[in-house]
Amino acid sequence: MMRYKPTIGLEIHAQLLTKTKAFCSCSAEIGDAMPNSNICPVCTGQPGALPVLNSKAVEYAVKAALALNCTVNQISSFDRKNYFYPDLPKGYQITQYFRPIANNGFLFLNVNSRKKKIRINRLHIEEDAGKLTHLGGNIEKSVETLVDYNRSGIPLIEIVTEPDIESPEEAHVFMENIRNTLRYIKICSGDLEKGALRCDANISVTDTYNRRNSGRVEIKNINSFKYVQKALEYEYIRLSKSLERNEISSNETRGWNNENKCTFEMRKKESGKDYRYFPDPDLPVLSLKKYHIEKIKETVEELPAEKIERFRNNYYLSDDDIQIYINDVELSDFFEKCVVIYRETKKINSWLLTEVKSYLNRNSLRISETLFKPEKLIELLKNINSGRISNNIGKSILPILFTSDKSVLEIIKENKVEQITDEKTIKKLIEDVLLNNHDKVESYKHGKKGLFKFFIGEVMKKTKGKSNPILVREILEEMLKDGEN
Amino acid sequence: MLYVIIKTVETVCFSDIGVVLLEIWMNSAEELSEMVKSGKIDTENLIQEYSKRIEKYDSNIKSFIQFEKNPSYLKEKKGKNDFPIPYALKDNILSLGFRTTCASKILWNFQSSYDSTVNLKLKNIGGILMGKNNLDEFAMGTSTEFSSFFTTKNPWDSTRIPGGSSGGSAAAVASCMIPFSLGSDTGGSIRIPASFCGIVGYKPTYGLVSRYGLVAFSSSMDQIGPLCRSVRDAAIITEKISGLDDKDSTSAKSSVNFKDIEKDIKDMRFVIVSECYKSMDPDIKFLFDENVSMLKWMGVSVDEISFSEYEMALSVYHIISTAEASSNLARFDGVRYGLRVNADTCQNVNFSSRSSGFGDEVKRRIILGTYNLSSDNYPVFFEKAQKIRRKLKHFFDKIFKKYDAVISPTSPVLPYKIGECSDIFGYYKIDSYTVFANLGGYPAISVPMGFISGLPVGFHIMCNSFQDELLLRIARAFEKKCGVFEDNFYPVPHLEMT
Repeated sequence: MMRYKPTIGLEIHAQLLTKTKAFCSCSAEIGDAMPNSNICPVCTGQPGALPVLNSKAVEYAVKAALALNCTVNQISSFDRKNYFYPDLPKGYQITQYFRPIANNGFLFLNVNSRKKKIRINRLHIEEDAGKLTHLGGNIEKSVETLVDYNRSGIPLIEIVTEPDIESPEEAHVFMENIRNTLRYIKICSGDLEKGALRCDANISVTDTYNRRNSGRVEIKNINSFKYVQKALEYEYIRLSKSLERNEISSNETRGWNNENKCTFEMRKKESGKDYRYFPDPDLPVLSLKKYHIEKIKETVEELPAEKIERFRNNYYLSDDDIQIYINDVELSDFFEKCVVIYRETKKINSWLLTEVKSYLNRNSLRISETLFKPEKLIELLKNINSGRISNNIGKSILPILFTSDKSVLEIIKENKVEQITDEKTIKKLIEDVLLNNHDKVESYKHGKKGLFKFFIGEVMKKTKGKSNPILVREILEEMLKDGEN
Repeated sequence: MLYVIIKTVETVCFSDIGVVLLEIWMNSAEELSEMVKSGKIDTENLIQEYSKRIEKYDSNIKSFIQFEKNPSYLKEKKGKNDFPIPYALKDNILSLGFRTTCASKILWNFQSSYDSTVNLKLKNIGGILMGKNNLDEFAMGTSTEFSSFFTTKNPWDSTRIPGGSSGGSAAAVASCMIPFSLGSDTGGSIRIPASFCGIVGYKPTYGLVSRYGLVAFSSSMDQIGPLCRSVRDAAIITEKISGLDDKDSTSAKSSVNFKDIEKDIKDMRFVIVSECYKSMDPDIKFLFDENVSMLKWMGVSVDEISFSEYEMALSVYHIISTAEASSNLARFDGVRYGLRVNADTCQNVNFSSRSSGFGDEVKRRIILGTYNLSSDNYPVFFEKAQKIRRKLKHFFDKIFKKYDAVISPTSPVLPYKIGECSDIFGYYKIDSYTVFANLGGYPAISVPMGFISGLPVGFHIMCNSFQDELLLRIARAFEKKCGVFEDNFYPVPHLEMT
């Protein structure tokens, strides 16, 4: 057993895909809008402005809560988290501290092919802050800082797990699961690199030999799955070593440095902030009727776990393959569209996950960004199946299908890649090859049977791969036999 | 007597239809609006008339922070122009075209980018905003002495405070420099200055009037309401400014209709909480008792009831209001608007802007509120105060099952001399009777009930939530029979020119 055991909990912030912001009617779809072009008195904290709750944000939060198996609280309320920071226009953030909208959820992880339950402590609604740009690179060197309030007031949900995660890898898998779930129910884009999904990780390490605990470290704002794992691995080693040296470590907040692949100290928790939470008097208590929650429940789409089961039962795919589809909704939708029109599930699956996926990866494209359609893949497979083209030709014309909207048949004809299946033509081709390589035929006859492949290769070379390989093999076998007699 | 009844001293003029009219500015808002609408008087004249009075008297009274001689207004006569008269706003209510300073250095030059709901409503029915009235900085105070700019004088005695925090509004209306002004009331800030200046001050039920565009002091208690020259004006103005506002989540669906305002109040049941007598000035008690006798003569029954937690209300009020204020005023950080004192780091910009922008009383309350909310003190102060607040509300809710109204004087003391009060608790004490309405969200009104040594004294009536129609009906009946209201007039102070 591992001597140093990590205990990890995550706090995940997810931006909701509502049309408007959480407490005003500014658009929440800011994209690359000009800084401070998407603001109003409410989200810039002007004197006298008041928040009005966006009911869509509530609906989405409830949907997320239900998807994460939480208990939705019929009564919840909003509180103020008070602190000064230039990106926080009101001097406080509206959040749900005392009474969150949901509690007690869970999510199952597949770790080393067993199911593991990660409990969710709470899920609540809050608002995003603005964005700071430090001129001159970073906060230490910069002499001037610009504030953009476009993001200020975008609705977020915060998901807080129990400390049930026992390795950095589990944290990684959990984040992936959360992202998939939120994407499946269409309430969050899940784009970490755009900041739509962010994560703070808490870790402490226990020395199981003497039951000593390290201090608890919070790592702030990690923006990729890879770095969640990397940062936790780094902290795990750092804390284990400090336990090994018998050092007493205190609670602290650390940041993740992407360039040096290490964490750095931000502040010790003892001198931590007092946020002076109290109920926000501007917002009435949020009360949800049972039937309202039930109605939202009906809108919850198929969840990743359910989809895994369905793919396993309907398509008999391997767990690894299924996981690829779970993580890539576009690809799995594509797969399912194919399966409806053509029953060769295995073939479709292997084409998609090898040829198609490697083309997409090579060109860093998503399938929807190409002209490739399920109908085209099926047409291609049917042509291979019928023998019009060989499997290899199929692979070689595949890239054209991504960029051209011509049909497969048209492409086959245009590129003259139709398979040669005429026996006479093939016989003639083989005769030529055998004549030109008289010496090799002699060697073959004297026992060098390995040359068989050479002859096939020559035939295929001559026809640029278009000859039906099975026919070539059969005829060649016959002709060489004839020669022996 | 220091006051004079206007009929005897002011010029009387005759209108073309032969009705005796006093000076234009003596009329109530209701009368003025009717006169304009029926064409008896021109809006321009009205504006000039009030501009002249402001220019004449306000350099002494100092009730306006800003004033516009030629204000812009909706000129077309047809359509919804049904309240085409001048008005003023306490300078913590946002208004396009005027700065909104909150009488604070930190907002000395602040021009809002939007209009408050109340101002928009008044503008849309033809109202003419003429200026912004002085107040205690961010409405924190009961005297206007905590204004960062100047202290407003009481028109009845210019050595005394006008009350606060809507002191500028009250002094301006009392001296007929404006027909009415809207103020805000968090613990008595409309009713106290109305009482000290001898006019009507009405705080509607919490939620009846939208707070959108009112610079927040204590959001759970702030309420906008009118300071005016009659109970009927209070009713009319409230009809115009109330109603559900989708920009204020705490605004109520309820609307008000004061058609029964003239009905009598015979057989109603009033109650006095006997603990209020403890701190009451004896002269005020004498005047109050006289008016209570009058009410009894009118057929109202008046009981007394004891409530041991009564005196806790002021502490509860200060714990909750400072806590909310400390958070509401966090936005004044020197980053986006208002005063910025530059410094080496952003944190120091916050620090120095706030240090030089806020006055002492505001700082005191921010510090108290921050203290009350800190995680160690939260259960001891804030949470406990919320509990007692619920208890108080429970008590009064029960009272209102049996009684129509709770009555008292508006303030236990007469207006202090300017600079006289050195003890901050002396100021806080002024709110002793008025904070209940804010803690419980109840509607309450101050109506003049008489004079003591030439200083006006207000009578305070509080009803159950959303019983505003009943409250104003009681106030109107009181106004007609008790107090000092005669022939549709409240006395007007004799003003000195400078």
